[in-house]
Amino acid sequence: MNETITDIISLINQIDDGSKIAIFKDCSVPMSLGRGLIKRQARNLHLVTVPTGSFLPDMLIGAGCVSTIETAGVSLGEFGLANRFGSAIKKGSVTVLDATCPAIYAGLQASEKGIPFIPLRGLIGSDVLANREDFQIIDNPFEKDDPIAVLPAIQPDFTVFHAPMADQAGNVYLGRQAELKIMAHASKKTFVTVEKIVDFNIMDHEELGSASLSHLYVDGIAVASNGSWPLNLPGHYDYDRKTIQSYANAAKNQETFNSWIDIHLGKELNETG
Amino acid sequence: MTYATEELLISTIAHLLDGLKHIAVGVLSPIPGSAALLAASRSATIKKVSIIGSMKEPYRLDGAVDLFDCAAQGRIDAFFLSGGQIDGQANVNLTGIGQYPNQDTRWSGAFGSAYLYFLVPKVILFREEHTRRVFVPKVDFISAPGTSAPNVYRPGGPYALVTPLCLFSFNRTRECFRLESIHPGHTVEEVRDNTGFEFDLPASVPETAIPDSQTLQLIRNKVAPIIADPYPDFARKIWGV
Repeated sequence: MNETITDIISLINQIDDGSKIAIFKDCSVPMSLGRGLIKRQARNLHLVTVPTGSFLPDMLIGAGCVSTIETAGVSLGEFGLANRFGSAIKKGSVTVLDATCPAIYAGLQASEKGIPFIPLRGLIGSDVLANREDFQIIDNPFEKDDPIAVLPAIQPDFTVFHAPMADQAGNVYLGRQAELKIMAHASKKTFVTVEKIVDFNIMDHEELGSASLSHLYVDGIAVASNGSWPLNLPGHYDYDRKTIQSYANAAKNQETFNSWIDIHLGKELNETG
Repeated sequence: MTYATEELLISTIAHLLDGLKHIAVGVLSPIPGSAALLAASRSATIKKVSIIGSMKEPYRLDGAVDLFDCAAQGRIDAFFLSGGQIDGQANVNLTGIGQYPNQDTRWSGAFGSAYLYFLVPKVILFREEHTRRVFVPKVDFISAPGTSAPNVYRPGGPYALVTPLCLFSFNRTRECFRLESIHPGHTVEEVRDNTGFEFDLPASVPETAIPDSQTLQLIRNKVAPIIADPYPDFARKIWGV
């Protein structure tokens, strides 16, 4: 059996405190793995939301796991503001590196190409750029009088996501979430939780192969049934709106957030234990 | 025919989109999304309406990277932005209120605004609250600037601002808004009292055209069932679908 395939506890324990972790926006989010990080009391994580974040970043911040968040925005969408994120920023307990969506992608793409920085249009004159010491403006070397922003490459220590399936060789089927490939290519390691592991080789399959990530980029796989719950996994299951609403209500202040985490993580421990 | 305020706003925005080819709609934008679908339902020029968050063809995007690259290639003609604060130079604040970074009120963040505002030719600003706390003299944080120095590459920028009271256009040379029309039942005084920035005020301001029965039928029969996919709660509230 491929040694890439392991269990979720092993993946969680390999993610050291202080790691820079990339998380995809609002689907393919590895919620089971994220709850595991809270349970093991991970600390000083540097989150890179690709390009924005929702429940998992808010939850990790509320649980004290995060010291820095690099993001184009954190929001619970139709469920409102990300209050643990907002509260941490007000207190100064989390450092925020504000970006804009294509800047996060561009930084990862630079890493994917092995280049130190990448130019991007827009940004000039914004307070987003003014507050990022690592974003600069240079003159286009090929045209006169054309200032352009340049951004450093983003290389996460880990990309973590949840996917519908993997095979025994370690190839992972992504479906239509092609940006997950950019994240994996850019990161030092990629850990994936999946609904199931199949017996055939995904890359041998004409239609699945083009929507999959090669095992070359995958460093750890674990089965986590309903691993995106209470968020969705496109084509497989929808949002659990009731649970998400209960989180959004609870996360308005730290005390009710703490109780929610105790109840939900405790329950999961009992169910899996 | 009687109409809902939302239907007036949908109709007003749709007029701004006539003759375009590709309109993109961001997150949490049911009214702009409905307006884009209305414009597409009666225009031969509109080839695609992309709705971020929709997983259904033909409204689905081929991923977010595709959206941003598409904008940079000049293939998106109109997009919508909102803001917790918007000022008279059309600067948009989606980030928060107070001294950055430890702001008293932190909103989500800039999202794609600091990029798309520069690249999409017609960016329509839309906000359902018309008050002085939203329309301020100067935003606390410029998530995306309304105007740029002449040497900054900027094919795009603000085109109009639609609120529940009125329609403003934006003059990029003069760097200010102009009151274009006032929605039925509202007045210039009301607009002035609730707007924290200065704007150009013509000698006479027309009333915003109300949606005719044909428009209302298109909205209710064609638009409502489609917008109910990404925005079920909105469609249920307005049209009961």
